[in-house]
Formats: sequence, structure tokens, C-alpha cells
Amino acid sequence: MSISVNINGEKRKLDAAPDTPLLWVLRDELGLTGTKYGCGAALCGACSVHLDGEVVRSCQIQAQDVEGRTVTTIEGADDKVAQAVKAAWNKLDVAQCGYCQSGQIMSAIGLLSQNAKPTNDDIDKAMDGNVCRCATYHRIRAAIHEAAKSV
Amino acid sequence: MTASSSLTDIFSMAPQAGAAAMPQPSRRSFLKLSGSGLILGLAAPIPDLGGAAQAAAWPAGLATDPFVRIGPDNIVTVIIKHLDKGQGAATGLATLVAEELDAGWTQIRTEFAPSDPIIYKNFAFGVQGVGGSTGLANSYEQYRRAGATARAMILAAAAKEWGVKPSEIAITNGVVSIKSGKTATLGALADAAAKGPVPSDVTLKTPDQFVYIGKKFPRVDSAAKTNGTAKFTIDQQMEGMLVCVIARPPKFGATVASFYATAAEKSPGVVAILQVPQGVAVLAKDTWSAIRGRQALKVSWDESKAEKRSTADLVSEYRALLDKPGAVARKDGDAEAALAKAAKIVTADFEFPYLAHAPMEPLDCVVRYDGSSAEIWTGSQLQTVDHGTACSVLGLKPEAVQLHTVWAGGSFGRRAIADAHFVAEACAVAKAYGKPVPIKVIWTREDDIKGGYYRPIYVHRVRAGLDKDGNVIAWHHRIVGQSIMAGTPFEAMSVKNGIDATSVEGANTLPYAIPNLTVELHTMKVGIPVLWWRSVGATHNAHATEHMIDLLAKEAGQDPVAFRLSLLKDKPRHAGVLKLAADKAGWNTAPPPGTTRGVALHESFRSYVAQIAEVTLKPGGEFKVTRVVSAIDCGVAVNPDVVHAQMEGGIGYGLGAALRGAITLKGGEVEQANFDTYEPLRMSDMPAIESYIVPSAEAPTGVGEPGTPVVLPAVANALFRATGQRTLQLPMNKQKYQSGPLKA
Amino acid sequence: MAQGRMRLTAGLSAAFAVVTVAGMLESAGPARISGSPFGYVTPALAADNGDLFAPIAEVLRHPRCMNCHPRDDRPRQGEDRHPHQQNVVRGDDGLGFTNMRCTSCHREENNAYSAVPGAPTWHLAPLSMGWQGLNNADLCAALKDEKRNGGRNVAALVEHMDKDKLVLWGWEPGGKRAPVSTPHDQFVKQLKDWAAADAPCPKS
Repeated sequence: MSISVNINGEKRKLDAAPDTPLLWVLRDELGLTGTKYGCGAALCGACSVHLDGEVVRSCQIQAQDVEGRTVTTIEGADDKVAQAVKAAWNKLDVAQCGYCQSGQIMSAIGLLSQNAKPTNDDIDKAMDGNVCRCATYHRIRAAIHEAAKSV
Repeated sequence: MTASSSLTDIFSMAPQAGAAAMPQPSRRSFLKLSGSGLILGLAAPIPDLGGAAQAAAWPAGLATDPFVRIGPDNIVTVIIKHLDKGQGAATGLATLVAEELDAGWTQIRTEFAPSDPIIYKNFAFGVQGVGGSTGLANSYEQYRRAGATARAMILAAAAKEWGVKPSEIAITNGVVSIKSGKTATLGALADAAAKGPVPSDVTLKTPDQFVYIGKKFPRVDSAAKTNGTAKFTIDQQMEGMLVCVIARPPKFGATVASFYATAAEKSPGVVAILQVPQGVAVLAKDTWSAIRGRQALKVSWDESKAEKRSTADLVSEYRALLDKPGAVARKDGDAEAALAKAAKIVTADFEFPYLAHAPMEPLDCVVRYDGSSAEIWTGSQLQTVDHGTACSVLGLKPEAVQLHTVWAGGSFGRRAIADAHFVAEACAVAKAYGKPVPIKVIWTREDDIKGGYYRPIYVHRVRAGLDKDGNVIAWHHRIVGQSIMAGTPFEAMSVKNGIDATSVEGANTLPYAIPNLTVELHTMKVGIPVLWWRSVGATHNAHATEHMIDLLAKEAGQDPVAFRLSLLKDKPRHAGVLKLAADKAGWNTAPPPGTTRGVALHESFRSYVAQIAEVTLKPGGEFKVTRVVSAIDCGVAVNPDVVHAQMEGGIGYGLGAALRGAITLKGGEVEQANFDTYEPLRMSDMPAIESYIVPSAEAPTGVGEPGTPVVLPAVANALFRATGQRTLQLPMNKQKYQSGPLKA
Repeated sequence: MAQGRMRLTAGLSAAFAVVTVAGMLESAGPARISGSPFGYVTPALAADNGDLFAPIAEVLRHPRCMNCHPRDDRPRQGEDRHPHQQNVVRGDDGLGFTNMRCTSCHREENNAYSAVPGAPTWHLAPLSMGWQGLNNADLCAALKDEKRNGGRNVAALVEHMDKDKLVLWGWEPGGKRAPVSTPHDQFVKQLKDWAAADAPCPKS
């Protein structure tokens, strides 16, 4: 099945079985390995990407769902909010093992795009779906506040 | 009587065990590649391998790579001998070289070292690998020397070129200069430096000269881990690569009886179905095809030798032994006699569950094997063990196998495995397939959670006696659990007189001045593979001992901090962190309304950590940890920000286990499967954390693990003060905490 | 949870009228009753039509239904109705928080591999339709109150529970979830019987 989709600003044709999770299309077919597998069941958020601007778990989106739509991954996230978030992550050295951080960053961009001055409570609600086993949550929280300063 | 027994010692095979005993290499040599600048390191085999089984037969001369490479492009590459799984090894080791070389931080790059048990060995282990929070400690002098040697050679080259004495030359932030104003980069001098002799000795900086050590510098890996470009094992993609998932038995110890592969073979994208010793492997052209193919596979398992007991069976067997004397791990005075005379006796039985490590990147390994040689890519934590295991599975000599260490998405102990089982399994698949294509074996999250190698179940009984004045006169601690080391190549060196040191560490080193003290151990045989889990023995011993201390403080009518300090008069480093944490937390001030504070203290991996937790009770018997104040004494903090990060993360990791962590068995089968049933700590659970470091000039000690075990008893002690309820069973969601009479 | 079939409840007088009419016309086919959305009373009417709501309440209280009708901002999960993991909240529109939308994870159908449940318009019922912890009388009142139920009259309610795909998901929830125990066609019949009796509510 051929699927047309805009990925990170580029028109792509996908050659994937319709039920293939977008996660594996991105990683295995397109080589966009910044999006990570963590659970395959929408429980950890490591695979978070933006689908038409909405944060989604790419392990739950199927190839057939993205026909004609726009997907943004960590590699392509570069609008003003994304830049602020990535800069804050760097400044505070948030990452430890770093494996979950693509997903954390994509979720944080989603939050800050709609809520420029999130409270700690907003962050608890927005980021609870993104697991970090290194427990860098303390710095993620701080980095979201930091990024908010420049959004 | 109380030999230190941290993991550091367990791994200490060579006589120079310990971080502080870094030996001088027998010969320094210097390697250069023409035209590519200065490459510096130790190329001389040092034939002092201790007892590591895998390393014993290692041929000399495999060693090639050095530690520091300065290119004509002015890039300084530091070769990192240890896996970086998030703990900051790359940043830490690079800092040591940058410090002594006086390099600029932005010109520093890092590269993981190849596998070499001699050049890149961990001085605490005798082979290459990291664990037991030894990464920086064992490298502290070695990497500084490498930087200082490179610096001396750069100075010699500049002196020759400019016709001045080396002492007239300065290097600052990577710029070589003399008073006349002449300057050069390190890169510009690298070729000339490489032609000069290698100094036989160099002088290291004194702490007052440090530019980098002790200060915050950005991590070397932040950028790549922020923009998605960092490559982990799972991200390796190569021409012709196949992806493999393996059907493993639902019960530990079961084996394949038969399997029906036809449906799986017809599943789109599936390339081969192969039986391997670990199960049945499904090879496919991509990950999703492999996963789907495995779903179509039907395997019958021979469970005749499988472990079939449930958690409840195990715990009741363990508990029965609490009444029986065990092997003695420490005996000071006569605890039983003192208990008989005590005015008050406090008894507490504890129960700790199996815990999975669940690193965010599940286990994975890439192998390309062509019949006569192999290349392996994985987040290798014990390179020598992984390399040696690959050789034995593939029937190849070490020099025919190249092991590439790759960034790892967490470990917490899970990637350091005595039997290197996941590397062995990937090699078995490659061998069975027999074609020279790279094969990437991936564990799904379900495979990971159900895959064993857990922190073992432990059951404890602590009985302690107070005299009529509230002095602790007796302490009797009995531990029942499975040995982590038994049955591994480390058994001979770590299990002595029936005592696996990792089972009792932290209990047999109880720092409090108690005249009559006994620690005993019963070691159980269970067919569940177990492993060290971030902070190892401290994961349970810190909780049992530190919660008990608070129970005793209450009986003695004393403040928990003052009570501890009264028992730590000759333990200045313990007392130091305790006072710092208490001071910073405002222990002697009123906590915020509705919150209660609890304290705990524990030494592990030669570092001392005290933490004060603040908890708030919620309706319905739940609670929230709102703030944790942590103080550590880890000697010199090479990069304090990385130390703080390890404390923050370590506290979160421990808190996750405290709140909800449990792997349980029913009829031998693991009942959890993914992050819904083994629910990790999440953002909304994370307290505010304040981390403090005791200033110190002592050699650096561990930071990766010591932050983890202390938070359990700190939270439990806060809940005890708030409710009067003890926390005897982990995880804490086994009980409801209701506010009671003991409001602090 | 099911209440005794024959137990006398309050509201007897209203019930009596209906039963009387039904009893009178039993042999002559369904009686036409004004005010009933279906215009007739079925023979299934019991002596105490306050109890007609009991089997409906039992269905509504099933975790598959109740988990998304909380009286607070947290959807529930599982047979034990624990708060939805990941701190999921309703958000301003019942579709989740800013970047933690229901559709971030839940798609239009159940995911066969991950067992993440899905149905079209997956969302949380509005607060006004919060049912958790209500007794039958309050539950029935909440269900019927057009100010709270999204402006549905009884006929529309029955239609909703007969045809809505999100409601129907409760009978095919996927994964290891227990479906609603009453078969859907039986539930619809219970609804119609109740509606036919003028949708009476029990007193408690």
C-alpha cells in the first residue's frame, strides 16, 4: 500500500503494510531513529511525534492513518517553541541516558505551543505520559519553565 | 569484622583492588599515526589479570587504542573506556583529560573505546567494564595522567619550535602561548608533539589549580540526546540487516519442546524461524514484521525443569527461616544475651519484592558473523565478559571479534551480566542463521519485564534492644534471600563462608555504635535469574536498617536526627552528610502545613548519603512525596552537576520502586508485562529535589547508585512519624497510610 | 447490584397506573400510552416499574461504562476503576489536556497488538454526566435530566445507547477487558421497556 504523507516538511511515499505502526515506519523505513520504541502500548511516550500538530504516540498510529497528513519528529521539530525547548534541554543538561528525551521534548513542545506559561500542575498533567527511567523529571520540569521564558 | 563489601570489592579480582590503588603502568608507550596528530595512551599489555574467567585466556597484544587523540583539526578526542548509560562517564572522563591538558571544552569530543581487557580495564575489576559506581573513581588518576602527558608533549613541541623553555609556555583554554604574544592551537602543535619523546612521569595539578574539576561544564552528550541524533544499539541500521525477536519460555528454566512455524513463516516480512538455546528466533526484514511474525508462532515448552513457585510460596518459605539461625556475616559482642537483658525490644519483619530494572532502551544487540569473524554493537557494560561470551558462543578467538560499545538507554545494572545472556543469545541467532548479514536482536518491553534478572526477593527480621535509658544495646539482623553471585563466575570471589557479600552489604557495615550486633544470612535457591539492581544490597538493607533506627528513636523518645548523631560519634563522614541534609532541609524548623519529614542515612559504594523526605498524606490513604533534600559525600565531585543529576535520578529511581515496584510470580510465570502493570515513577510523582555535596579533597567515590536506596527509608520514616504506621512490606502501595497519633 | 425484582418501591401509584393498563390490554396487544416515546407498553413490565431501571443501572455501573463517567476530572481504568494512569485528565473539552489528548493514544478502533482500546470519538463524558457513586434514583435522574444529559429526551437516550459507537465499544472492549455482562440487545430491550413505561425512576 502506498501512502502519501508529509514528514518533517517533505512529501514522502510510504511502502508499508497498512497496520504498521508509524513508529516502525519512521524508524525502519525512513531511518528517523530519533523517535524511540519504549513500550509499544502508549504507556511510556518515548515514541511521541506530532500528527497535524497534535502530540501522538506513534506506536498507536498506523501507516494507513497518516495518508495526506503531516508528521513532525524530533529531527524536524524546529519552530520557535521547539528551538526554545531544545535550547533549554541543552542548557540544563536534562538528558542522562537520553533515550526518552525525544519523546519528552515532543510532548513539551506540544504543551508550550498551547500553554506558554505552564504551572507545575500543568506540567504534571502534560508530561505524565512520558516515562524517564533515569528520572530526569526534576530537570524536565525546570527546562519547561526555562523554555517558557523565551516562548 | 566488618570488611567493606560493596560491589567494588566483589569485582576486585586484582590485588590492587579499589579506586585509590590505581597502579602505575609498567611501561608507557606512545603511538602515532603519521599525519594524524598526537595519539597518546598506554599500549603496553599489563599481564596482571586476576581471576576473571573470561579474561584468563585473553591474548596479549590486542590492545591498540590510546586515550587521547589530538588531531590537526584541533579536535581533542577522549577515548572513553566505560559504557555511558546516562551516568555521565563520557563527560566525566573527558573532564579529567581536559583538566590536565588545559584543553578548551568545545574542542573536546568523545569516542567509546574498543574492547580491550588490558588497556581499558577498570582498575577496580581487573577487566573492562563498569558497575558498582566505579567509573570515575578508578579512572581519576589514569585519565588525568593521559591529559597531563599530552600537555607535556605539546609544551615540549612548542618550546622547540619557539626556542623557549617549556616553563615559559602557558596553555589556557586550548591555546598555547608565550609572553611575547605568540600563540598556537593544540592541533597546530600535535604533529610536532607526536615526534617527541613521551615523558616518563608527569606532575598532576593540585586541586587549587583545577579549571574544570569541581565545576559545572556542559555534558558532552546533551546536544545529540536533545536533537535525536544520538545512536543507541536499537538505532543501528546497516545494509541487509535483519531484525530478530525471540520467543522465550513463560517459565524460567523451561526449554523448547516443539514449535509450529508455518504460520509465522508466512507472515509478511519474515525471513527465518530458528531454534536457539534461549527459545525460537524470528528473523524478519524489519522490526514490525518480526514482532508480528512472533505472534503467529506457536511454541510448546518443556517445563519439567522450570521454576513453578509463586511469590507467595517463596515468601512463606523465606519467612519460615526467620526463626532459624543463619550464616554469620558479622558478630560484635553477644546480641542475644543483650536482648535478654533489654528493657524494651523492637522487632520488625520486612519483605522486599523482585524488581525489574526496565531501562528505557530494552536489551538489544547487533551481531554480524561471517563464519570466521564477527562484529558486535551493543551498550556493553562489561565489555570483557560480553566479548569473551561472544567468542565462546561463536567459537572464535578474541581477535576475530570486534565489540563496539554504543550509547545505552539506561542500565541500572541490567546490562552488566555475568553470563552476558543477551549477547550470547544474539550470537547464537547469528550462528544459527549462518549468513554474513547483520542481525539486530531486540527485546520488546514485555520481554524485558518478564525476562528475569531481577533484584531478588528478600525477607528480613531485625530485633533491637534498648536499655532503660534508651541506649541501643543489641541489634540482631537476619536476612533471607537469593544470592546474586552464586552460580556466576564471580561466586568464588564474592561468596565466602556461605555469605554472598552483596546480600548483606550495608547491613553488616551498620555504622551505629551498638555494642552487641549480629548479622545473619540464609541463602535461598530459586530458579529465577537475579541480578544487581541500582545500589544492589543497599536496595533492601538500607531500608531495613534505617527504618528500624527510626522505630528505635521513637521508643527511646528521641529525635531521629539527634538519635543517629549520638550513635555516630566516630563516623565523621556519616555525621557530616546527616548534619548537612538536616540543616538544608530545616529539620529543626516546622515543616510546611500538612507535611511531615523523615530522615535516612546510608553509605554505599564508598559514598555517604543522607536524605530528608517531606510527605503529605492524601485522602484515601495515599501520600505524595513533595520534597527531598539530599546530601552526599563522594570525595571530589569531578562534575558537581553530574553528581546532582545522579542524586536527582537516583532518588527518582528509588522512589519509583518504593511506591509501586514489584514483579510477582504466579505458578512461576511473571504477572507483569509492561509499564501499566510495572508502573514506573512518573512526572507527577516526582518531588522537588535539592542536592548538596560535602566539600572534600578525598579521592572520588561512587555517585551512580548511592542516591537510590536512601529515599525508601526516608519516606517510610516520614510516614511513620505522620501516621505511626511502619512500612514493612514494599512497595508502599500495599498499604494505606492514615494520619494517626504520631503527628510530627 | 441488581435490586430485588418484586420489592415494592415508592412511586407505586404511578407504577400502578401503567401496570393496570398493561394488564388490561395484555391479550389485545400493546396498549398505546400517551407520553411514552414508543407509544406502547410491552408485556415485560413488572409489578413495580421502578425496578425497570435496575438492570439498566447495572449496565451503566459496569466499569466499561462508568470508567468514562466520573464525577471528577479523572477517567478511570480497569475492572477496579483506578484513576487512569499517566495522570490523564478531562481537559477543557473532555478530550484531554493540551498535549495529552485522548486521541494521542486512543484511535478509532481497538489496537490488536497493544490492546490500547479505541472507538470513534473516544472522550470523557462531561461532568454533568458524572455517574460514579450515584444511587439508582440519582443515576436515573441524571440520565434523564436534559440539562445534564446533553439535551436528549428519553428516545434520544435509547437511541444513543443503542447505536453510539463509543457506547457499543463497551461490548467489544478488546484486550483482556471484560465486556458489559448484559448482552447489548437485551440491554436495548431493557431500555425500551423502561422508556415505554415512561422511564420511571426508583426512589433510591
